[in-house]
Amino acid sequence: MTTLTKADFQSAQETRWCPGCGDYSILAAVQGFMPELGIPPERIVFVTGIGCAGRFSYYMNTYGMHAIHGRAPAIATGLAAARDDLSVWIVSGDGDALSIGAGHLVHALRRNVPVKILLFNNRIYGLTKGQASPTSERGKVTKSTPRGKAEAPLDAISLALGAGATFVARAVDRDKQGLPEVLRAAAEHPGAALVEVLQNCPVFNDGSYEHVVGAEKDANRIPLVHGRPIVFGPEGERCVARAADGTLVVADTASTDEADIVVHDAHRADPGLAFQLAQIGDLARGPVPLGVFRSIDAPAWGEGLVAEARAARERVGDAELDALLQAGDTWTVA
Amino acid sequence: MTLVEKPTASRERVVVRFAGDSGDGMQLAGGRFTSATAEIGNDLATLPDFPAEIRAPTGTLAGVSSFQIHFASRDIATPGDRPDLLVAMNPAALRANVGDLQPGGAIIVNEDAFTKRNLLKAGYESNPLEDDTLSAFQVTRVPMTMLCQRAAEAIDGATSRDAQKARNLFALGLVCWMYDRPIDGTERWLNEKFAGTPVVRDVNLAALRAGYNFGDTNELVGPRVQVAPAEDVPPGVYRNVNGTQALALGLVAASIRSGLNLTFAAYPITPASELLHDLARRADLGVRTVQAEDEIAAAGIALGASYGGGLGVTATSGPGMDLKAETIGLAVMLELPLVVVDVQRAGPSTGMPTKTEQSDLLMALYGRHGEAPLPVVAAATPGHCFDAAFEAARIAIRYRTPVILLSDSFLANSSEPWRVPAAADLPRIDPRFASSPDPDTPFLPYARDEHGARPWALPGTPGAQHQIGGLEKADGVGTISYDPANHARMTELRAAKVAGVAVPDVVVDGDDDAELLVIGWGSTAGAIRAGVRRVRERGRNVARAHLHHLNPLPANLGEVLRRYPRVLMPELNTGQLARVLRAEHLVDVRTYSKVEGRPFQAAELEAAILEAIDA
Repeated sequence: MTTLTKADFQSAQETRWCPGCGDYSILAAVQGFMPELGIPPERIVFVTGIGCAGRFSYYMNTYGMHAIHGRAPAIATGLAAARDDLSVWIVSGDGDALSIGAGHLVHALRRNVPVKILLFNNRIYGLTKGQASPTSERGKVTKSTPRGKAEAPLDAISLALGAGATFVARAVDRDKQGLPEVLRAAAEHPGAALVEVLQNCPVFNDGSYEHVVGAEKDANRIPLVHGRPIVFGPEGERCVARAADGTLVVADTASTDEADIVVHDAHRADPGLAFQLAQIGDLARGPVPLGVFRSIDAPAWGEGLVAEARAARERVGDAELDALLQAGDTWTVA
Repeated sequence: MTLVEKPTASRERVVVRFAGDSGDGMQLAGGRFTSATAEIGNDLATLPDFPAEIRAPTGTLAGVSSFQIHFASRDIATPGDRPDLLVAMNPAALRANVGDLQPGGAIIVNEDAFTKRNLLKAGYESNPLEDDTLSAFQVTRVPMTMLCQRAAEAIDGATSRDAQKARNLFALGLVCWMYDRPIDGTERWLNEKFAGTPVVRDVNLAALRAGYNFGDTNELVGPRVQVAPAEDVPPGVYRNVNGTQALALGLVAASIRSGLNLTFAAYPITPASELLHDLARRADLGVRTVQAEDEIAAAGIALGASYGGGLGVTATSGPGMDLKAETIGLAVMLELPLVVVDVQRAGPSTGMPTKTEQSDLLMALYGRHGEAPLPVVAAATPGHCFDAAFEAARIAIRYRTPVILLSDSFLANSSEPWRVPAAADLPRIDPRFASSPDPDTPFLPYARDEHGARPWALPGTPGAQHQIGGLEKADGVGTISYDPANHARMTELRAAKVAGVAVPDVVVDGDDDAELLVIGWGSTAGAIRAGVRRVRERGRNVARAHLHHLNPLPANLGEVLRRYPRVLMPELNTGQLARVLRAEHLVDVRTYSKVEGRPFQAAELEAAILEAIDA
């Protein structure tokens, strides 16, 4: 087959996000990396929820369903129950995935349904014009929280790990190198993959990720690379180290014993390290870990069952249906 | 061997109710008696009644479980109003059921269970077997517990507990003798069921035979009643089915005749869970079941499966319908097939989960935001659940629409003989998937065929990539549209598609010049038929019709309703369909309403019809 290009994944529908929205960067990154998968557009499906992120499916020249608020994981699970020859992607937001649809997200992850979930986290409700979201930081003043948000934010990575997710990662919308890398890794993962994308909302929460995209970005991005010591900063001058009490702390590399610097291990069965890493930093301030927190081998939900069901159905005909209908105690009236 | 042949009597029809504690195995005894009765060739109808509590306190009224069977030598329509025979395994079972008994009816009690403690638990201050409480009935006291113990004595390794647990089989054996039913089928069943536990098997077999022989030899019991096989039964192969089994078979049949894999997603809820259990055992036929995390997800999973080219089905009961409404609305907008089974129960809210009602009708018709019409099909009898399920799937696939199939708790649990259809006689359902368009022709996801249905283009079809969703779409091309005229047009197209679903005319049983038309829908079919028959036997001229399609309604319905001077609609709600018929056809449809969690009885409908004629 002919080589696919970015244009093969661009739909004819007019893109209608606000100027400067982080969603444009993510769309470009997805359309840009998809040709690498070698999967023709007709075998790719985007199922989306409600919110600004929900429009994503209209802009991909793949199959797409813009579903209802929070329910995309359920619908994608149904699609995965019926088909094993598709690459199924979910696009969701912090309100969609972590508030109204949190239950479905948790169960898609713990089942390890073969779907890739992109969770655009802008820490605000954008489409409904600026209410606090479950990931908004404590104290945030919004239209719905004029005295400041009283509740603690929900962390998507910790939730996913708690649900037993087999692939959990985080990237930044405008990180042209890091985002495609994480998307690629998610695409290769056979089970459920959760990718949190830190995304700027220029209208209702502008600059909320300035610390990881602006001038200070190198000081605030903690790259997680499997098998490598976790050091960061322009000169590698900071690191994640294990303190005497077992907790993880951000420290100066120079004054830390090399043996205390944490070496990232995304593949260990125990999610403890990944969970500890998820506790580092504050999305509103940084520094924050980026990359793949966890990626382990585990059977995907219903592996082999679609093929089994298809084979069974192709095998059964009227004779088998007659046998089923007449099963058990029957009698004949002449 | 019988020394003196006992007298026998012959009856046209008999109603028997087995009642006991919920742990006494009454459903099992009733089920085996039903099989034996079917084997004889009687027409029959059954109705189990069990408490919502899995293990209510032993011996209390709340814990009473019963199973009623009506069998006859002619065709019958209901599980029977009043039992001729009540088998009561303890005082609570007696107290909870004796009020339903036919005056002069027979009662068999396990007298060993009438201890002071059990009497107190049932609220009896004195033993009703010793005073005149039961003087209107013929009471037979049988020491079942003691007789079971004695029957088990000869079996090596049998415990007193094993013997206790076999009391239901003793009662079954006795009742089988009383109505001349064979017990060899139950013996075979026990041999199979307890092949791995020979002691239990032998104790049960001994109890069954002991009960049968007790009838044969004991002068307390008699005369033996015979009910001849039913005549005028259409030829064919028959089996006994309840509504749950028939509905599951109908879905599987639709899957096989359409070539679509069935994906059934559900969340556990009484009384719909049995469908999940039943279909979960059909993987060998290509059925995939998913126990979803909630009712919403169950609907979403079914819809997602349909999007992928499967037959997506979800089932629930009232509270679950509330939660599925949003997804059903999405399916209306996406115009994809989806079958939603609502096994109705008495509401609102949690209501009475194990009791029956028809009160979700208006919700099925109208319970979604926006203009969101969809076809609604209702099952009429346990066996008809098969046809209704097949029809719901056919409409969903043919017209690319969600369809609501209304069953109810009564249909789900009640059983009747069912003439098994031949697979080849069932219509083929052609899903007509869209194929790849010509490279130069744009694919139009909202183009329409002669039925108003849009193309079903499955993911994986090259060149037909398109994006659907809950947002309003432009007619034909399917892009997002906020155009006012387009929304009006799409609203009209969706409505016209549903209104145009081909529905057979309603058939009237009776004369054009009848004094009254009794019209019903759903599970009241049997009771209405029986009630009308009784009224006709009194020489009154009454017509009867039953609706299986509630949206759209049959095209001839208005003419039928206007044909009669009076129209009566019995419903197990406060008059929901009557309200629709009045609104649609401006006919003064009168309601006969019942919301007690129980089905209509023939006698009450007989009275209601007579009253309506003479009103």
